[in-house]
Amino acid sequence: MRLGLTTEQREFGAATGRLLAEQSGADRWTRLAELGIPGLLVPEEHGGAGGDDVDLLAPIEAAGHAAAPEPLIETAVATGLLRGSALAETWLPRLAEGESLVTVAEPGASHAVGADRAALVLIERGGAWHAATEFATAERPSLDEERSLFTVSAQSTEQVAAAGSAEAVTALDRGTVLSAAYLLGVGRRMIELSVEHAGTRVQFGRPIGSYQAIKHQLADALVAVEFARPCVHQAAYALAHGSPTASRYASAAKSLAADAARLAARTALQVHGAIGYTVECELHRWLRRTWTFAAAWGDADHHRLRVAALLIDAAETGEVVRLP
Amino acid sequence: MDLAFTDAEQTFRAEVRAWLTANVPDRLPSMDTPEGFKLHQEWEAALHAAGLAVVTWPKRYGGRDASLTEWLIFEEEYYGACAPLRVSQNGIFLLAPSLFEFGTDEQRDRFLPAMARGEQIWAQGWSEPEAGSDLAGIRSRAERAPGGWKLSGQKIWSTRATYGHWLFGLFRSEPGSTRHRGLTYFLVPLDAEGVTVRGIRQLDGEPGFAEVFFDEVFVPDENVLGEPGQGWQVAMSTTGSERGLTLRSPGRLLAAADRLVDLARTTDPGESLRADVARAWIEAEAYRLYTFQTLTRVEAGEPIGPESSINKIFWSEMDLRLHETALRLLGADADLPGTSWADGFLFALAGPIYGGTNEIQRNIIAERVLSLPKEKNR
Repeated sequence: MRLGLTTEQREFGAATGRLLAEQSGADRWTRLAELGIPGLLVPEEHGGAGGDDVDLLAPIEAAGHAAAPEPLIETAVATGLLRGSALAETWLPRLAEGESLVTVAEPGASHAVGADRAALVLIERGGAWHAATEFATAERPSLDEERSLFTVSAQSTEQVAAAGSAEAVTALDRGTVLSAAYLLGVGRRMIELSVEHAGTRVQFGRPIGSYQAIKHQLADALVAVEFARPCVHQAAYALAHGSPTASRYASAAKSLAADAARLAARTALQVHGAIGYTVECELHRWLRRTWTFAAAWGDADHHRLRVAALLIDAAETGEVVRLP
Repeated sequence: MDLAFTDAEQTFRAEVRAWLTANVPDRLPSMDTPEGFKLHQEWEAALHAAGLAVVTWPKRYGGRDASLTEWLIFEEEYYGACAPLRVSQNGIFLLAPSLFEFGTDEQRDRFLPAMARGEQIWAQGWSEPEAGSDLAGIRSRAERAPGGWKLSGQKIWSTRATYGHWLFGLFRSEPGSTRHRGLTYFLVPLDAEGVTVRGIRQLDGEPGFAEVFFDEVFVPDENVLGEPGQGWQVAMSTTGSERGLTLRSPGRLLAAADRLVDLARTTDPGESLRADVARAWIEAEAYRLYTFQTLTRVEAGEPIGPESSINKIFWSEMDLRLHETALRLLGADADLPGTSWADGFLFALAGPIYGGTNEIQRNIIAERVLSLPKEKNR
């Protein structure tokens, strides 16, 4: 029994964080590819690292911590879908190289992030997944400008996972777990920014962080984020090991992480006061990531009801199976 | 990351489950009644005879040297089997870790085996009328006497003091000392001359805690735990240690969450209640996983400090939400005293208050984990 990342996995996350802090601009994706992030789930025979979802946890949390807008989660979901398909040989090496951007139009969404720059888009329709290389895009306004959204209309598509197939369900679970991991980083960063602000902003002759009204809100946000993390880690482990409980744990993780990030966002904005309500303060980047990632791949309400269905309506009414 | 249990751990689980299935009694009367107290003591003796009372302790004191993982497995099975609440819990979970760390061999031999057998039931003596959240405001005092000390003052909210046999607590032993300094940790028999116990009836109507008055109660030197004047360090040492983990295991919450799912299967709740049932189950699971994460860190030699405050807020609030959800599922049937859900609800209501209120825990998190500035005047 060991629930925690290895030193190597944690260092990989730290390296991702450093890259994202130091680099900006268009070639950052190439640098991320050099580090091996977009190719992490790509099998070695296709030029990737042959890693699993657990290996992705620290880099994705680091991406959230940096509010990185790159389509890392979309790439991971696409990689999983392409792995077993006829398109693997053509596309996986290009993903690992960072040469081509791919994106995903997730279930229930009429749009895909960054589809204007993507060479390949994967689209969910009625539970099945389809790949398209020739498609038209139209920009759709978003609250999160760095994550620009596009509606996608494809001329022709190729099915990569049938409705109800294990691959299709795994794609959903992967997007769910990784968006939860991203939100952990977002939440953690917003608490850090708030602690920094509350420690230096003086009112009534004292730093506002010395008041219990501020302390207790930030403590609650921390409790929520810290309790979500092991659940996210376990969900990634269950996914990587093809566990029969993977969907239940993916949904559990997302419901906790989304609620935690939303609480942290609401708290951070309140602690910052008026300056937090401006684009002059960088907090808004993490607020926007919270709103979009909490809603992406199913929000907390959706996932709680999914867990309820898996637990309450389960055909087997016996003992609830736990771990892995 | 490796979330599988070893074969030895699976065998241990099977053994514990088999014994509990064969031996767990029907629901006992409340341990805070004379009859229930005795029946709970008998249950502890039976557990001890099976080698299951204090699994993590060394064999010589009545344990079986089980690992912390095995202890978590034991707790899951224990509450999953609807076994009785532990009347010995103050002793085995709150006092014993301090005895292991600070006690003399003589003290360990004298107290631990009797505690493990359920013969000596311990009450805790932390709070006083003027020292609640501000625990360091303790006024009860200890004065030097030939061969020992004389204790005077008053303790309150002393859990299990009404029917228990011994009390552990902090007394001010250095006149003029303030706050955390000058306190000594004493082990006091409740039948000593000068001790008066007055039970206080809790929300369930039973005297689960008591006021304890000390009028020049003589306590010999061999009943001091740790060095005189170091009582605060002795009392607090276990909160951040690996044994601090054992103060609140996920087992009871997991069992309650599973029973909540069963209840939902029979009551056909609407969407909003279904979401709350899922939330309770998810939170119990999160608590279990958080505990495994802590265990992993402890085994890697990492210190566990003020993070235990994070733990306390999470389990106490989720416990209450879970039981509130159960009562909502039961609807008009919820108002039945003596059912496990009603009792569990009353028990859960105390969680955010005892063991340091959640407001105190939030201060600790803010100042020691997040490093926010301290308040003035504190």
